[in-house]
Amino acid sequence: MIEIRTHGRGGQGSVIASEILAEAFFREGKFVQAFPAFGVERRGAPVVAFTRIADGEIRERCQIYEPDHLIVLDPILIDTVNITVGLKKNGWIIINTNRPMEDSELLKDYRVAMVDANAIAIKYGLGSRATPIVNTAIIGAFAGATGLVSLEAVVKAVEEFVPMKKKDNVKATEEAFKSVEIIEKK
Amino acid sequence: MKKVIMGNHAVSYGVRASEVKVISAYPITPQTQVVELLSEMCANGEIDAKFIMVESEHSAMTACVGASAAGARTFTATSAQGLLLMHEILHWAVGARLPIVLANINRAVGPPWSIWTDQNDSLSQRDVGWLQIYCESNQETQDTIIQSFKIAEKIKLPVMIVLDAFFLSHTFEIVDILEAEQVRAFLPPYVADKQVDVTESHSFGNLASPDSYMELRYMIQKAMEDSREVIREVDEEFGKHFGRSYGLVKPYRCEDAETILVTSGTVASTTRAVIDEMRDEGIKIGALKIRVFRPFPFEEVFDVLSKAKKVAVIDRNISFGHHGIFFQEVKSALYGRTDIPIAGYIAGLGGRDVTPTVIREIADKAISDKKPEREINWIGVKE
Repeated sequence: MIEIRTHGRGGQGSVIASEILAEAFFREGKFVQAFPAFGVERRGAPVVAFTRIADGEIRERCQIYEPDHLIVLDPILIDTVNITVGLKKNGWIIINTNRPMEDSELLKDYRVAMVDANAIAIKYGLGSRATPIVNTAIIGAFAGATGLVSLEAVVKAVEEFVPMKKKDNVKATEEAFKSVEIIEKK
Repeated sequence: MKKVIMGNHAVSYGVRASEVKVISAYPITPQTQVVELLSEMCANGEIDAKFIMVESEHSAMTACVGASAAGARTFTATSAQGLLLMHEILHWAVGARLPIVLANINRAVGPPWSIWTDQNDSLSQRDVGWLQIYCESNQETQDTIIQSFKIAEKIKLPVMIVLDAFFLSHTFEIVDILEAEQVRAFLPPYVADKQVDVTESHSFGNLASPDSYMELRYMIQKAMEDSREVIREVDEEFGKHFGRSYGLVKPYRCEDAETILVTSGTVASTTRAVIDEMRDEGIKIGALKIRVFRPFPFEEVFDVLSKAKKVAVIDRNISFGHHGIFFQEVKSALYGRTDIPIAGYIAGLGGRDVTPTVIREIADKAISDKKPEREINWIGVKE
């Protein structure tokens, strides 16, 4: 089983990101489960969502405490929330950022990939300039960096789960898939 | 068609496939996406039903009573405080023998306010005379809605299907969505044998003197007793049509189990993963999920548990001044027929996570306690 935890802020589309990811793996024949950490959602507040992927029936019906991989929609969360708690060694961290990551402490124990999902979302008019909706871009980046799921499946999942601007969201997914950068240790 | 959908929408799709004629609901918290999607389906013609929006859950159930008495297949959904506000009319639906189906999303009752799951809302309606069926997956939820209409209409009693808030209601997973065309042969349109009708007068809900009230109560109890067989038949027939059956209870690796954990709802699912882990360590343990809570499946529960040496019941609820409620029920099923020690564990109230670690802690405790010292064990309570 693969367990993925998504960190973001209310309004960025973190919960939908966890669902798009589940839908994409479902389209590749996997069993899937996606759900938010249940709270009272507010715009701007830290949000956590979970995705489980398996070859057979998923029986665990509780939150994920030891994820295999992380998806981080807001890089500032790295400084404010202990995002790596429970993360398995060598797990992927896919981060939405435009700041250099070569010196990041995260590289010690984890594989890190970055994508400027804000710039991509703004380019395709997703959300506003101040609060771009980056979920479709970050999932494209996840597929590009990890190779765990195909771009084709992610695109189909985006088309299924995004309520509006489907074409722009697909373009953002594709661009992030191509432009995601795997950070090498110095 | 298989799709990845949330538990709330699994309810809505089950209702759509059942071709209901009237849906009445209160639209604001603690309401869920169940009726949000249903109202869209009614508006766009996917369901040919009258959607009656009302100002309270009391009125929602009242509208369902009226519609059902007029011969319509009728549905509503609610949660927590909303179910409690319906209480008076829940009794009405039973006394009038109306086959209404209700989906209750299990949420903890306030104050203090909570939107998270536990079972005290539905279990506090234990004695009103509604059947209660607890689900553990989105697929089971959709399928149970469809089964419930058939059961309710056969026995002329209302059915409440129950699902955990968030751990099912907001969780996305794969569901084989059934369409009305597929379901019609299993669940034909509802034809009431007596209904409110301007051309033929009957009296509904009239005064019953001491001379007749007791007989009417006896008939409700009889219908409840008989419903066990109906639930079994409907479940088997559903299996023949769609390849899925659920049973009144679901035992897991119980054949040679020395210890059996009794669970319900989503905890039942997580527990099976823990059972496999413990079996791999050579520990003889099994799990029994109670799916149908009313009527209580005494025989099924006894048959499975009477072969064990120890029983541990996990309750996501508490009857203050007594015990966990499933614990009480299980104990009454075993009373006088066996002296197997049985212990009750309270866990996961107000949405606290019941993880494999928590379940393992309960299982280890149940095995190591020579005799349960106290009948109630609170799990994870902070000092």
